[in-house]
Amino acid sequence: MTDRREITLKINGTEYTINVEARRTLVDAIREECGQTGTHIGCEHGVCGACTVLVNGNPVRSCLMFAVQAEGQSIRTVEGLQQGEQLHPLQESFMKHHALQCGFCTPGFLMLAVGVLEKNPDLTDEELSDLLSSNLCRCTGYENIMKAVRAGADGMK
Amino acid sequence: MKPASFAYHAPKSVDEAVSLLDELAPQDGRILAGGQSLVATMAFRMARPSHLIDINGIEELAKLSADHGVVRIGACVRHCAFDSDALTGATGALLRKVVRNIAHLPIRTRGTFCGSVANADPASEWCCVMAALDGVAVLRSPRGTRRVPAAELYQGVMATSMAEDELLIAAELPMLADDTRTGFIEFSRRQGDFAIAMALVTYRLEGTVIVEPRVAIGGAETYPRRISESETVLQGRAPCEATFVAAAEAAAVAIDPMEDINNTARYRRNLVRDLTQKALELAA
Ligand SMILES: Cc1cc2nc3c(=O)[nH]c(=O)nc-3n(C[C@H](O)[C@H](O)[C@H](O)COP(=O)(O)OP(=O)(O)OC[C@H]3O[C@@H](n4cnc5c(N)ncnc54)[C@H](O)[C@@H]3O)c2cc1C
Ligand code: FES
Ligand code: FES
Repeated sequence: MTDRREITLKINGTEYTINVEARRTLVDAIREECGQTGTHIGCEHGVCGACTVLVNGNPVRSCLMFAVQAEGQSIRTVEGLQQGEQLHPLQESFMKHHALQCGFCTPGFLMLAVGVLEKNPDLTDEELSDLLSSNLCRCTGYENIMKAVRAGADGMK
Repeated sequence: MKPASFAYHAPKSVDEAVSLLDELAPQDGRILAGGQSLVATMAFRMARPSHLIDINGIEELAKLSADHGVVRIGACVRHCAFDSDALTGATGALLRKVVRNIAHLPIRTRGTFCGSVANADPASEWCCVMAALDGVAVLRSPRGTRRVPAAELYQGVMATSMAEDELLIAAELPMLADDTRTGFIEFSRRQGDFAIAMALVTYRLEGTVIVEPRVAIGGAETYPRRISESETVLQGRAPCEATFVAAAEAAAVAIDPMEDINNTARYRRNLVRDLTQKALELAA
């Protein structure tokens, strides 16, 4: 039995009307049906954070939500960070502080940090490392991600 | 992996959800709350429900309230709701300490208190809170509403006395007296992982001695529970090191620890002794 339906997803302000099965995860729909492949898929069970996007301003694991559940909500992905030619301060900061190597985890880290810093740019170092422990990076060793988010937070104030 | 096919239902009221569950539970229909446990197990194909009844659109279930001495947590109240000053008093302060140990922020923004209670993972922090404070699960089915105290709810690893057609509409916790001291600590190998063991203690002081002690242990046994042997040691004694050591020893002796490939029973017992003492020190 398949339960298919037409839904509209609003991603970075653009509406995508798509036809998906109920079992389609939000991350798959964002990538496959909406063609926004900046959001990555690692573990598909909530552990790695590669799929982190903002739903109504809050960071969520988009592999643990079904696309049908996101109908009518505002979704933000890494593609929405850049304004015209201007990178987001956090993207600039990731470049400057070498906070990425292969870049696989980067969209997830960026969305996680943007979601939290937009509400509270004054995180202590302890809160920051607690926050960033949510996502996995197999390359950088995290120190530079910490530095980049710390510096980027100042840029976002 | 990808979850298997299911039919999706999004009721707008509790009555509608209850009647859907009544109809679909016999066909392996299930409630979808935060999805932070269920969707992961579906991705592993360990769960393959034929129907999902998504309760996230039911407004009346999103309520968190505190009055008449009771904190009432609706089925859609998310973990992150407790990471704010919304709840005051000793119970609010305790829940704020505990919530930071549950997974990570992006999981706390979706996962629900009641979903954890229904899921009954032995290492669930909220299940430990329910056991420690003698919380009550409010269950609704076509037969009516049933109120089950935590001590009668948990039966084993991910096993509860809830019937398959019962919707957990809310969890209720008593508001602790303002002068209640609380301590919580858990141990896991990495930040945000499920705990190998945890200890939650509360007590008040009358003059110089401990009264109304509560000691609950989670993660170590198949379900969290209060440890009366440890509470008996605390009752009427001064909150000093000798008392805490004796109470911690009583807890370590009383439990029947689970074993798994990484953790022997002996290791868990030692951990419980240590964590109980630390939780008592944190509360002091
Ligand atoms: C990476 C990761 C780390 C985690 N770490 C922790 C941790 O450290 N501690 C911890 O406690 N949890 C942890 N979790 C689990 C998380 O807290 C879940 O949110 C929680 O266990 C389940 O709540 P939910 O709302 O997401 O429920 P769901 O996943 O939607 O449902 C879980 C189960 O409960 C049933 N159910 C849910 N709500 C109801 C209801 N109202 N009535 C009847 N049945 C219901 C569902 O049918 C399902 O069987 C972690 C999860 C992930 C992905
Ligand atoms: S892909 Fe979603 S958390 Fe790993
Ligand atoms: S940069 Fe390679 S995983 Fe993080």
